[in-house]
Amino acid sequence: MIARLSAPELLSKNKFNVDEEEAHIIIDKAICARCGEKACLYICPAVLYKLDKNGEMSFDYAGCLECGTCRVMCKDKGIVKWGYPRGTFGVNYRCG
Amino acid sequence: MSQAEDKFDSIIVGAGPAGSACAYTLAKAGKNVLLIERGDTPGAKNVTGGRIYTYALEMLEPGLYAEAALERRVTHEQIMLLGGERAITVDFHQPGFNAGDQAPMSFTILRAVFDEWLAAKAEEAGAIVACGIKVDRLIEQEGRIVGVVAGEDEMYADVVIAADGVNSLMAQEAGLIKDIAAKNVGVGVKEVIELPEQTISERFNLRTDEGAARMLLGCTEGIHGGGFLYTNKQSISLGCVFTPEEVARHRKSVQEIFQDLKMHPAIAPLIADGESIEYSAHLVSEAGFRGIHPRLYREGFLMVGDAAGFVVNTGYSIRGIDLAIVSGIAAAKAIIAAAENIALAGPNYMQELNRLKLMPTMKATDGYFEVLETPWLYDKIPNLANDVMEKLFKVDGETPSGVKENVLGAIKANGLSIWQLTKLGIKGVRSL
Repeated sequence: MIARLSAPELLSKNKFNVDEEEAHIIIDKAICARCGEKACLYICPAVLYKLDKNGEMSFDYAGCLECGTCRVMCKDKGIVKWGYPRGTFGVNYRCG
Repeated sequence: MSQAEDKFDSIIVGAGPAGSACAYTLAKAGKNVLLIERGDTPGAKNVTGGRIYTYALEMLEPGLYAEAALERRVTHEQIMLLGGERAITVDFHQPGFNAGDQAPMSFTILRAVFDEWLAAKAEEAGAIVACGIKVDRLIEQEGRIVGVVAGEDEMYADVVIAADGVNSLMAQEAGLIKDIAAKNVGVGVKEVIELPEQTISERFNLRTDEGAARMLLGCTEGIHGGGFLYTNKQSISLGCVFTPEEVARHRKSVQEIFQDLKMHPAIAPLIADGESIEYSAHLVSEAGFRGIHPRLYREGFLMVGDAAGFVVNTGYSIRGIDLAIVSGIAAAKAIIAAAENIALAGPNYMQELNRLKLMPTMKATDGYFEVLETPWLYDKIPNLANDVMEKLFKVDGETPSGVKENVLGAIKANGLSIWQLTKLGIKGVRSL
């Protein structure tokens, strides 16, 4: 058997060293609210961009796979800061 | 620390194949090299589909591949066309690609393992490898790049080499490239699924060290892109690449489309009972020759590998790691030849890229880009192929219709015309 895995299940297979002090990606929810396309909901492989109950954009940098797709696709620049995590932090691929 | 104490011949940002190949070549020539990597270990941030073409390792040093951290030598080149629940698999086996007395043509590979090995080779050759350090910015003096800043530290060098990957923040800071255009990249996702070595060999009809490399078409819900499957020693790398702009219009998560692929009746048995051990994602340049940045250097600064845009996608094979290594070697040779006048490193680099056939390779495959732009290539074509096969093999006691009728019917049923297919054929012949 092989199972479909949800994004959190997939991310649980990975090793992360989360930087608790500094977020490497920061969004401005007010700008995101005005964005029509909201591409980030679909293109983030880790599905870390989500709309909450009130339709407000939320983002959790902890499970970021550091692919950069959101940076490339963010049209209205709701992503106000995009960088890589500080040295040693972030995802630690063991296969890659 | 004074500037003189912290001055290197070269600083390389990024310990992927391009950076490590460059560091290895420079260090072997006696250069004082600093290789900086933001990951905890080299490869910790890197992802591939899976394979490396061996000639590039041979170019770095003959015979090196024999001790390299590689998975299986690729003996089976496969293409799979998915249409609904159906699948056509083409399996090409050429023992000559792996004749006994020469290096096998390609190997499947896991990057965290391979990159760590190659960086260790560079270190052995004399390069200083500094991991867990993120370069924050470049230092510019009188129009030249003269070093890098990482946290509190400033480090100086005659040349800084940007080997920081597809999303090269270094090259952007140097003013050589702008933000990446979404239309020029694909987002790739991959799951590594662990299985016993013997099970993998049996499922893919392979002998012990033999491997399969498979490209998949028709698994992206019509989105420009495709899937891949590589057999490693004790795992299978299964993944999918999508054009992000089309994903945004399609409004379904890449993760979901990819999980659908896993459950496809022709894929699920191959990975059945496997244990998923990693989920990764990465951007890949899709523009080929026209995606190469117009300026690959400025004084004191060179770009190599993915940072420079060196990826070839023909639809049936994808090359990046080999081109990264070749460009790393080219940069190193250019710097070595510019010992008397370091300002020549850039122009030398462009010459080396031609001499080592990297630029000609990119140029020769430029035409694929337009063929791969064909929107119905990603759903209608694989579906059409499966329709034709279905009619061909179906026996139900009814009077069979002719093959010609079947094909014409299938073309029409898929909303295509002979004219469209002919045009694609002509375009294909012309550009390829």
